[in-house]
Amino acid sequence: MRPETPGMASRRPSRHLIFNAFCHNIIDRQKADSMKRKINLTINGKSFTDEVEPRMLLIHYLREVAGFTGPHIGCETSICGACTVALDGKAVKSCTMFAVQADGREVTTIEGLATNGQLHPVQEAFWNEHALQCGFCTPGMIMTSKQLLERNPHPTEEEIRHGIEGNLCRCTGYQHIVNAVKAAAAKAGA
Amino acid sequence: MATTITKTETLVGKRIRRQEDPRLITGTATYVDDIKMPGMHHACILRSPHGAAKIRSIDIKPAQDLPGVAAVFTGKDVEGVGPVPCGASLPGLRVPPHAILAKDRVYFIGHPVAVVVATDRYIAADALDLIEVDYEPLPTVTDPEKALAAGAPAVHPEWPDNTAFLYHQEGGDPETAFKEAEVVVKQRITSQRLIPTAMETRGVVAEYRSAEKSLTLYSSTQIPHLLRTLVSQMLGLAENHLRVITPEVGGGFGSKLNVYAEEALMGFVAMKIGKPVKWIESRRENFQCTIHGRGHVDYYEVAAKRDGTVLGLRLKLIQDLGAYHQLLTPAIPTLSVLMMPGLYKFRNVTADIVGVFTNCVPTDAYRGAGRPEATHGIERMMDLLAAELKMDPAELRLKNFIGKDEFPYATATGLSYDSGNYAEPLKKALDLVDYHKLRQEQKQAKASGRLLGVGISTYGEICAFGPSPATPAGGWESATVKIEPSGKVTVMTGASPHGQGEETTFAQIAADELGVPIDDVIVVHGDTAVVQYGIGTFGSRGTAVGGPAVYYALQELKKKIRKFGEMLLETTDVTVSGGQCVDNRTGKSVSLAQIAGASYRAMKLPPNTEPGMVATYFWEPPNFAFPFGAHIVVSEVDRETGHVEIKRYVAVDDCGNIINPLLVDGQVHGGVVQGLGQALYEQAVYDDDGQLITGELMDYAIPKASMVPWIESSHTITPSPVNPLGVKGVGEAGTIGCSPAVVNSVVDALSHLGVKHIDMPMTPEKLWNLVHQGGQA
Repeated sequence: MRPETPGMASRRPSRHLIFNAFCHNIIDRQKADSMKRKINLTINGKSFTDEVEPRMLLIHYLREVAGFTGPHIGCETSICGACTVALDGKAVKSCTMFAVQADGREVTTIEGLATNGQLHPVQEAFWNEHALQCGFCTPGMIMTSKQLLERNPHPTEEEIRHGIEGNLCRCTGYQHIVNAVKAAAAKAGA
Repeated sequence: MATTITKTETLVGKRIRRQEDPRLITGTATYVDDIKMPGMHHACILRSPHGAAKIRSIDIKPAQDLPGVAAVFTGKDVEGVGPVPCGASLPGLRVPPHAILAKDRVYFIGHPVAVVVATDRYIAADALDLIEVDYEPLPTVTDPEKALAAGAPAVHPEWPDNTAFLYHQEGGDPETAFKEAEVVVKQRITSQRLIPTAMETRGVVAEYRSAEKSLTLYSSTQIPHLLRTLVSQMLGLAENHLRVITPEVGGGFGSKLNVYAEEALMGFVAMKIGKPVKWIESRRENFQCTIHGRGHVDYYEVAAKRDGTVLGLRLKLIQDLGAYHQLLTPAIPTLSVLMMPGLYKFRNVTADIVGVFTNCVPTDAYRGAGRPEATHGIERMMDLLAAELKMDPAELRLKNFIGKDEFPYATATGLSYDSGNYAEPLKKALDLVDYHKLRQEQKQAKASGRLLGVGISTYGEICAFGPSPATPAGGWESATVKIEPSGKVTVMTGASPHGQGEETTFAQIAADELGVPIDDVIVVHGDTAVVQYGIGTFGSRGTAVGGPAVYYALQELKKKIRKFGEMLLETTDVTVSGGQCVDNRTGKSVSLAQIAGASYRAMKLPPNTEPGMVATYFWEPPNFAFPFGAHIVVSEVDRETGHVEIKRYVAVDDCGNIINPLLVDGQVHGGVVQGLGQALYEQAVYDDDGQLITGELMDYAIPKASMVPWIESSHTITPSPVNPLGVKGVGEAGTIGCSPAVVNSVVDALSHLGVKHIDMPMTPEKLWNLVHQGGQA
């Protein structure tokens, strides 16, 4: 008989840590419903009011309740960054926040970047420089790149690579993403 | 005559930004998890926490009783569903029955045991907690060499030797070659287990319409049509009642070139509960249950003369298969054997494969699938031979390359290399790094105590799969090209791109052939109800096999365009160009829109011509294509930390003609970085109990932007004679070329310490120990 490896051989290998912790023991549906909280937030300039379970992750709220499926779920452990959105102007990983934590705040998702059909310069640069292949990481990568340029309008290659470290891409090898961020910076500076 | 926009500039060969990108950069693309349907339920799967165990009992009652739970199914409920298919066949292959849910025994961590279906994913996840499974844990074995040892736990009790198959291949006279050799070098070389890690995990939405007995599966797959054929068999459903749609697919790298239990399981669930059901794989499930790649332990021997002429090659290949065969599992190492001679004139080769069952998730095709292992092996051996002979590794390679005038070249492994000029990319790469000067600098650096190394890899690969006799499900690809009554062009490809950009490259081909603007063309793929049967996208075949199918369909269509043009212009001598059909004598023209319109209205038809403007072509390639190239890496090992800094990465790839250089660069960069991941960072680690230690992205190190170098990518162009486009394929080249270049550079950096070989991943810990323990890890 072998001992179970602590923390590894959980009976629920399919779930991630935060999701686990907050699902646990909340099995009384009526109780869960009565625990629902009302939240009011702005997403891409529009006001949303909903009742959500406190355990609901912000990414699930955005995607499944509010209907913004641009941000993606790639790891559920805040490593990959596919779920990155702007919260009050700051890039956050929406898989590692609860919807209730966004109450009263302002969220921008990838869907909110283009204005009047005009792509944001970072979006345009990603397109021009072929900074995406499968596109799954792209919404998060663009949100992070946008934030990076807001903080540092003329980043070096090293600063770009460091700045997007919290976002994983398995397709591009990052080189064209670096080019895109540089191109967006150059255009903004022009 | 009407004026149309005339397109004079050709698009093939140009750096054109992609047609598919607007939806992807605005967050409006639809991946599987973005699909929502009325009444849709969510499924969560209970998986084994043990590497091997008997299931004594399962109590699902508390889960069933949870409000919101629609159904719970276990192994005995799905007995009527056929096994997960293995599409590969080898003589004497042992194929364990692979049910979609375990019934009385589990064989690896993550083995599916039960499925819960509920009204939302939180409830389904809650309900999983309520299922009680009584397991009796059994001993496990996760290392393929340990699995072959006497007395090892049997993965499948019916086969105590854990051997799934033995495979032998031989060419020439290896025995004599080794007898006559002046020098023999030997090395054990591993290619560790890797986790493909597409950024989008797998996912399935299934919708069943009982009145029509029709099932629609939305699945994140690389092979929609093959999936339809195989899942319809598993479910006992008429194939034409199953529709498979691949919405946007967030990367595959081979991991979605498969038919998985969950795809049939969701079909089963949707048919049982009468509601649409969605299952989205978590990242942890993805790591535990989606195929892994590599998993080789290789024993190489090279026979040579003292002057460096290679004579013979011997390989014993131990392939970690995991607990089951997925679609192509046992076939993957046979590709390694085919490509084991690399670019060199090895006339005498012998290889033995042992396919080994372990208590791990199955291995299967991961970017390169058998060829990175082969290239890593032969390219390490060439460096070991060069070191033994005190020859320069570039010189040794140049001495043994197949000559550019020797093509088509019949290899000792039975292949016919299509075309090549192997010295050219190497010479170009040597020039780019200024090799002789670099070696001088290295001497000085080493003299001052720095650990600077230069590594060369000259790789060849087999791709563009491939002629049908050599490909389990058919090696052709299909295309339909339609000109709509308005003159707009629709291309339907049987390939299933998922990031490669064929919506653009195929549009480039069509726009050029018809002379229309690229925006007049759309490329449709990934829906079995819309697109004619096709094979899919894998093995660097999308453009190399799918592209020619599009090209030939266009040629068929152009014949018809000419017939209608001749009729409308009342002439017999026309040219199709610039989106028009032009009378070569008078210069009068009719537009494609007019021609297409006339073909559909069909008031008058050319002789022996049916109405409409559609052509379909199924193209069977006469051979594989064989891309090649040279990668050179300059690296430095930090004495204090064991960290490797890649100072230069030069890649010169020859993928034949290039349709879109921008996209080819992207493929090379991405491929190289996956190779770099294997060389330096990644390894799927199971402990002796069968637990996957690298079970999340927190523990499994895929490269981040800050961990990879700038890649200096350039090309030589040797067109393939195999297809009319002269393309060879580039999807896997970077991965195949990369890992030996990196390892060779690091071994070179440490060679003066007596280091001859380092197994991957070359972690700082491993290298620090080598530096500080006199070359002994």
